[in-house]
Amino acid sequence: MSTGIEAQVLQPYKYGFITDIEAEVVPPGLSEDVIRLISAKKGEPEWMLDWRLKAYRNWVKMPEPHWSNVKYGPIDYQAISYYAAPKQRPQLENLEQVDPKLLETFEKLGIPIEERKRLTGVAVDAVFDSVSVATTFREELAKHGIIFCAISEAIREHPELVRQYLGSVVPYNDNFFAALNSAVFTDGSFAYIPKGVRCPLELSTYFRINASATGQFERTLIIADEGSHVSYLEGCSAPIRDENQLHAAVVELVALDDATIKYSTIQNWYPGDENGRGGIYNFVTKRGACRGRNSKVSWTQVETGSAITWKYPGCILQGDNSIGEFYSVAVTNQRQQADTGTKMIHMGKNTRSTIVSKGISAGRGQNTYRGLVKILKGADNARNYSQCDSMLIGDQCGAHTFPYIDVRNSTAIMEHEASTSKIGEDQIFYAKQRGLSAEDAVSMIVNGFCKEVFKELPMEFAVEAQRLLGISLEGSVG
Amino acid sequence: MLLEIKNLHATVEGREILRGVDLAVNVGEVHAIMGPNGSGKSTLAQVLAGHPAYAVTAGTVLYQGKDLLAMTPEARAREGVFLAFQYPVAIRGITNAYFLRSAVNAIRKYRGEEEFGPVEFMDALAEKLQAIGWDDSYLSRPVNEGFSGGEKKRNEILQLAVLDPKLAILDETDSGLDIDALKTVAHTVDKLRRPDNATVLVTHYYRILTHIQPDVVHVLSNGRIVKSGGKELALELEEKGYDWLREAAAVA
Repeated sequence: MSTGIEAQVLQPYKYGFITDIEAEVVPPGLSEDVIRLISAKKGEPEWMLDWRLKAYRNWVKMPEPHWSNVKYGPIDYQAISYYAAPKQRPQLENLEQVDPKLLETFEKLGIPIEERKRLTGVAVDAVFDSVSVATTFREELAKHGIIFCAISEAIREHPELVRQYLGSVVPYNDNFFAALNSAVFTDGSFAYIPKGVRCPLELSTYFRINASATGQFERTLIIADEGSHVSYLEGCSAPIRDENQLHAAVVELVALDDATIKYSTIQNWYPGDENGRGGIYNFVTKRGACRGRNSKVSWTQVETGSAITWKYPGCILQGDNSIGEFYSVAVTNQRQQADTGTKMIHMGKNTRSTIVSKGISAGRGQNTYRGLVKILKGADNARNYSQCDSMLIGDQCGAHTFPYIDVRNSTAIMEHEASTSKIGEDQIFYAKQRGLSAEDAVSMIVNGFCKEVFKELPMEFAVEAQRLLGISLEGSVG
Repeated sequence: MLLEIKNLHATVEGREILRGVDLAVNVGEVHAIMGPNGSGKSTLAQVLAGHPAYAVTAGTVLYQGKDLLAMTPEARAREGVFLAFQYPVAIRGITNAYFLRSAVNAIRKYRGEEEFGPVEFMDALAEKLQAIGWDDSYLSRPVNEGFSGGEKKRNEILQLAVLDPKLAILDETDSGLDIDALKTVAHTVDKLRRPDNATVLVTHYYRILTHIQPDVVHVLSNGRIVKSGGKELALELEEKGYDWLREAAAVA
């Protein structure tokens, strides 16, 4: 066959530029002193430092986990710098004081921060290396009582909320990477939606890694109080660099009675080159607690970047009638690896969860779905529906599925569907015979395959996700 | 001359299926290619469209004076070659409307024409949809997914009508259609006949030729055209079957 489906051409990574900006980077290495330094730089209260140190002391005793279906060399945690910030005035009064190079960087990434260029309907928190650069639309959100700011600011300004909820979903000793994050996290976003408020804007955080030999350890905490509703989106990218960079984030979501949190991710960290050199290790812990009755947490992720993606955004369905959802598209091309999926823990009565996972492997990519659905004793009438579809493009890639099911209540109803298909020569030929190019044909077939997930994304980002998918599969067919 | 095939040989998985096909099609003509199972009819259709599973081992194909075999499948389509598939594939998650519009726009773009927006396109589509007896609901369904055999064939003819090619190759479009559907499909195809285009109908049966009168009928047997004639040849085949031709070919 001469369609050249296997033909590999180096795809251009479009966000791989480096911003030349003077940065303050603490020397590589991790110790209690480094943690004290980070905490001091952030102007944190004592309780926060204590929490970090507790996490650190746990972390040093924890072994690095290796149960995932991915391969990578040893990570030298003493060779990473744990804090990098562009040099600027410590307290910014307004946007005019932000270094124009930073504004330019975000504009190049399609995230304009300046007032006249802002995306309509989306409030953005822009995080550059270890610090939040700016958060837009804050005043408008404040009118509704919504707090949306950098987490470092929330620790100073809203300590009562942070103390109550930080670590309440992902404890500081939850796992190796979560413990590391708890010790050294630098910035990230904080959102609080008060009772009965429907957030009028999409909240969004854009993470940009710029400095080399640094790690990114952001922490996000979103609290939806009773009867509130919020939709949040995170995006990310990083320059092209030859070394691997570690990104170990933690995201915690708390939904109280009748609250809904919709959390969408478009992950586009640098994936490394065609030989597997460079790229981000994306080792992230994300978990949402449906703490209240009738609460809902919905995760949607589109993972096209990173050398290795290793994460399981999950839901703890504590409240009766609560709902957890997970919609995922994970693409691995070239030598990318992904081991991703979700955990749905049913505790309350009449809890429901839905899992729709689409894995696409091209080049020499390896794609693993791993998911756990656990129905606890008290979770009467729990329901789960899982659907895991894998698509293979070419014959050097792999798809793997590990669904774990643990049911301890006989009233549970579980449905699981799985499929693996090779992208059809016949489908591609059919589309070509109608005049479409090979790339458009593949992009169309893949987009159709992912449609059930894309339709869960906020409108503004669904188009972006489709485009990104096209780019990340560029060169996977001839 | 729109299409000129000379001494075409083609193999699939190393097996020779076409063993020296000669065929000339002028604009304004409808040619029927008939023949027993396994004679190479569908292979000929697939080779003309450029399916990668078939290897051309000898011969030439000129289309509008150009070397058709040197063109990619999408280039052939953009130049006006259309194949109505015997077994159309399904594309999940992509609506019929989107697929059709993408195809039309790919071709319009190639010709340097302005691409259709979604609304304009729907307007342009209404008449064609009516011709094959369909309502809008078929447009929002995923391409061929869950379609019956007959619906898939009708969908091919809808695409044919919308793309309006120079050379239409219909690969057993009539098989699997009931009498009414056959009539509708044949009528749509017949209405597309113009002095500046041509149709090659690959078929097993005489039936469709009562609705679409062919100018020339060819019999393909064992990878070669063994007999050509007017539309009366089709009737003769209907009465006598193919065996007498096979015997004649063996003697020759």
